[in-house]
Amino acid sequence: MTDKKVTVYSTPTCPYCKRVKDYLTQKKVAFTDYNVAEDREKAKEMIQKTKQMGVPVVVVGDEIIVGFNQAKLDSLLS
Amino acid sequence: MYDLMIIGGGPAGLAAGVYAARKQLKTLLISDDIGGQINTTWGIENYLGYQFIEGPELISKFETQVSQFPIDQKTGDKVRQLKKVRGGFGVITEAGKKYQGKAVVFATGKKPRKLNVPGETELTGRGVSYCAICDGPVFAGQKVAVVGGGNSALEAVLDLLKIAEHVNLISLTPLTGDKILSNQLKGAKNLSIFIEHETVEIKGKEFVEGIRIKALKTGKEKELEVGGAFIEIGLVPNSDAVKGLANLNKWGEVIVTPRNETSVPGLYAAGDVTDVPEKQIIVAAGEGAKAALQAHRYLQRLAK
Repeated sequence: MTDKKVTVYSTPTCPYCKRVKDYLTQKKVAFTDYNVAEDREKAKEMIQKTKQMGVPVVVVGDEIIVGFNQAKLDSLLS
Repeated sequence: MYDLMIIGGGPAGLAAGVYAARKQLKTLLISDDIGGQINTTWGIENYLGYQFIEGPELISKFETQVSQFPIDQKTGDKVRQLKKVRGGFGVITEAGKKYQGKAVVFATGKKPRKLNVPGETELTGRGVSYCAICDGPVFAGQKVAVVGGGNSALEAVLDLLKIAEHVNLISLTPLTGDKILSNQLKGAKNLSIFIEHETVEIKGKEFVEGIRIKALKTGKEKELEVGGAFIEIGLVPNSDAVKGLANLNKWGEVIVTPRNETSVPGLYAAGDVTDVPEKQIIVAAGEGAKAALQAHRYLQRLAK
């Protein structure tokens, strides 16, 4: 579907994070998932990149999506 | 023109969709997301048929069931206004799209209430959060504040106590949450409780750096150094789109009869946006089903 690198920053207790990851899996998109609840370095990286502290964050190539925005995700993945 | 427009994609709207489709109504469902408030819930133990189910999983089951039926779904867009038009109702969305239907089920649910203090909007997502279970873990090792005194505030405090360096609980009133929760706060070393304190400002340049509070009795102000502020002060109904059209109660909820009728014939409402007692997933789903069946009867009467 896409050859862009897909990264997800998430926490284990966030329902929208699970929905984003389930959606990517369902679309057969390979992604790297960082648990920012445990990985402090990645949490810092996420905050620096997005200038915000909410999860989930999905990075597709150089584009950043905060939250589960299916329409935007679809357009970046196609 | 559609037979029925369902506005909202939470349990009420989705149940209405299933019932409308089974009555073979030409149906449109418009919603900014699917699942509504279930998206901010993790474990659900009181929806019949499941002893325990995670919020996202229940949403995906709802979604699968609804998509079995031939109803049109427009998600990712929100209805800005609902109006009467000749032969029914018309909506205009935030994206500027227009749709029409002979009858409507309005099921837009509720959203978190805002404090309306300086700094809140600017710092939302930069330390100000309305979903402690989502964003809480990002604040591990930091000082945080929770604003509110009800169950959701107390639950947020209990979660944050495990990971934050220090938690400040700020409540305008004495704590109103369940005893079983407030008892668990007793003896927590990294907790300060400020009862009868008003939150007056959230401070910070790029991210939240502090919160200013005022004691109601003495009027004395105090600034707490925190990196996160979780606002848990209840919910408000998403009824703006029908303001001026349907009658609302003093909380902004759409007033409905036991048959889900609003003050406007052909406009039905269901779930948390209405004045129905008890805001529960199972209640909302039941109300959505009722509203769709009533709308079907209305359309039958119209056709005669």
